[in-house]
Amino acid sequence: MTRAIFFTRFERFWHWSQSLLIILMLITGFEIHGTYELLGFETAINVHTIAAWVLIGLWLLALFWHTTTGEWRQYVPADADSMLAMVRYYSVGIFFGAAHPFHRRRAEKHNPLQRMAYLMLTMIISPVIWLSGLLYLFYQKWSVIGLQGLPLELVALTHTLAAFAMLAFLVAHVYLAISTSEKPFGHLKEMLWGYGDE
Amino acid sequence: MYLPMSVSARLLVFAAGMVVFSLCQAVTDSELSGSTADHTKFDELKQVFKTGPEVTEACLSCHTEAAKQLHQTKHWKWRLKHPDTGEILGKRDVINSFCGSIETNYARCTSCHIGYGWKDKSFDFTSETNVDCLVCHDTTGSYKKFPTGAGHPPYEDKPFPPKSKKIWKAPDLAHVAQNVGKTSRQTCGACHFYGGGGDGVKHGDLDSSMTDPKKSLDVHLGTDGLNFTCSTCHRTDGHDVAGSRYTTVAKDTHGIDVPGRDDKNRATCESCHGNRPHDADVNDKNNDHTDKVACATCHIPTYAKGGKPTKTWWDWSTAGRKTADGKHIKTKDEQGYVTYVTKKGSFEWGENLIPEYAWYAGNIRYTQLDEKIDPSSIVGINSFEGSYSDSDARIWPFKVMRGRQAYDKGNNTLVMSHLFGKDDAAYWKSFDWNKAIKAAMASRGADYSGEYGFVETTYHWPLAHMVAPKEQALGCGDCHSRDGRLQNLPGFYMPGRDSNYWVDLIGWLAVLGTLGGVTLHGLGRIFFNRKRRDGDD
Repeated sequence: MTRAIFFTRFERFWHWSQSLLIILMLITGFEIHGTYELLGFETAINVHTIAAWVLIGLWLLALFWHTTTGEWRQYVPADADSMLAMVRYYSVGIFFGAAHPFHRRRAEKHNPLQRMAYLMLTMIISPVIWLSGLLYLFYQKWSVIGLQGLPLELVALTHTLAAFAMLAFLVAHVYLAISTSEKPFGHLKEMLWGYGDE
Repeated sequence: MYLPMSVSARLLVFAAGMVVFSLCQAVTDSELSGSTADHTKFDELKQVFKTGPEVTEACLSCHTEAAKQLHQTKHWKWRLKHPDTGEILGKRDVINSFCGSIETNYARCTSCHIGYGWKDKSFDFTSETNVDCLVCHDTTGSYKKFPTGAGHPPYEDKPFPPKSKKIWKAPDLAHVAQNVGKTSRQTCGACHFYGGGGDGVKHGDLDSSMTDPKKSLDVHLGTDGLNFTCSTCHRTDGHDVAGSRYTTVAKDTHGIDVPGRDDKNRATCESCHGNRPHDADVNDKNNDHTDKVACATCHIPTYAKGGKPTKTWWDWSTAGRKTADGKHIKTKDEQGYVTYVTKKGSFEWGENLIPEYAWYAGNIRYTQLDEKIDPSSIVGINSFEGSYSDSDARIWPFKVMRGRQAYDKGNNTLVMSHLFGKDDAAYWKSFDWNKAIKAAMASRGADYSGEYGFVETTYHWPLAHMVAPKEQALGCGDCHSRDGRLQNLPGFYMPGRDSNYWVDLIGWLAVLGTLGGVTLHGLGRIFFNRKRRDGDD
């Protein structure tokens, strides 16, 4: 077993700032949705809007980083068999001390289910959120791009559904990240300091 | 006498005038009136006037076109044809829920007409000397029309109410005439603050507290601020005053009025403030909202806030009660506001009221005399169009006047009634609704079945005054919340207020399902882990 930098400085910065922004946007977003009252509607809107723009900036940086470093390959889906093996492991094997079906390497640091989950997050949940969110934000300008017939309700509810999906992802992600490492909080430490075992 | 002059002579006079003007300004800047005429110096006004029309005759000897201008206005005609609906509106024709209609009640109602002598149908609308100049242009505060004088002031001191100790003084007409000037909050307010039979009764955003208001009451009129008069916004062009509740501009897309794109109406907020008047914040939503939310909606958070209450309920059906020995009854609430009076029925009043809100496109309609009503429901004295999808409509604040009033039970129509007069048919004389309705309807030439009842009505008054300083404007959360001010306004999705049952159900099921799933998963792992360890032991 060798130790290597699994998560570069940029990746760690990206991960934690993104998580902070997403949590902030979940908190303010559900206030805007009317679920509870915390900061007040206007402050919630303002924080949500600023966080959205920062996150968009961060995504652009991350997009650039992933393309130039080739790290985007980490998210290419694995074959169906190895994904099935992971499903079997999480649903049965993990209870009975079975061996992890996937041996990770620096070049393939995510297990097949993880790759798929992150891909879905990046390709479906996030785009739906930011597309519907930008539409929501620029509601006043819809007629400029010929969208004046679009019901606000549709945009709002799409945005809300995607937010629920993000929240559900966050719950599952935190659980798996904290509890599935070999050593206690192993994954958390990797994401903090960057070093992981190969 | 005006004499034609050569161009050079005119220039000379102009230059001389400029020099004199500059000198005067330097010397007496604070004393110089804005007017170019001092009416105390006019021989025409140095005489003993016995009546109002005599004063008007003197006015017209110089202001030759003034009466002709006024003859064209709503202030004179009390009648207009609505350009969109074609309905004939105006005080002469509409039915209201306050003091009823002017039909057969002329001499009482026309104490707020800008004319003299409209005591019955035969009033001569073409008479120039029947125009009352003084009621709008008085600056002395001593000129008041007598309540039952058909527009005339008292020409000798006399009491009102009759036989009471409250004396209405006859004004010194020559003194008033020599001190005419621009209209003021006081002159406009003499009628507009007292509509519906008393101070603040009708509008809710106009009452005597607006004569001399602080800017905290009205940011435009406030004497400690901008000190506007009514005509600063309700500008006149040939005596035709801009701004009307009959033809409200619910959305002024002209923006700021500058020469070249002037819609000749400064009586909208947008005429001065434009369509994006707010400083841009992180969000620019205040400016974005001007397409769907009228300025008044956020900037008039409460009305009837100057210390004068407005009438909110008027039940005519309880009128006519007397004591056992036949005396009129009058009851008052703790603050001294009348809650019952034999002549008029029961009232409720309100102060610092929160407006009601509705989509409003400005095209207001009034329920006509021959229009069928449904007496089992609440009847709208007026109604209007507007919805979220109507690009001409915006959310407006309203005072909604409620009450009960007489209607024709046989024909299912609203009625007019004869209240004021010395004849037996007058309700305030005999307290017989049947006679009163019959007399007014006959005078109107309208059909009356002979059977009356009482129906509940609403009357919507768009609010546009008592604009609060901006610090007191509503915030986002006042409407964007589940139980906010717009909680009952239908037809559109509003963030913070609205949600979809299924989206929320599916969403929370997914989130709580995931949470439950990982919890069970984790507990299962702990359980089997322990079992395995026990087995190993």
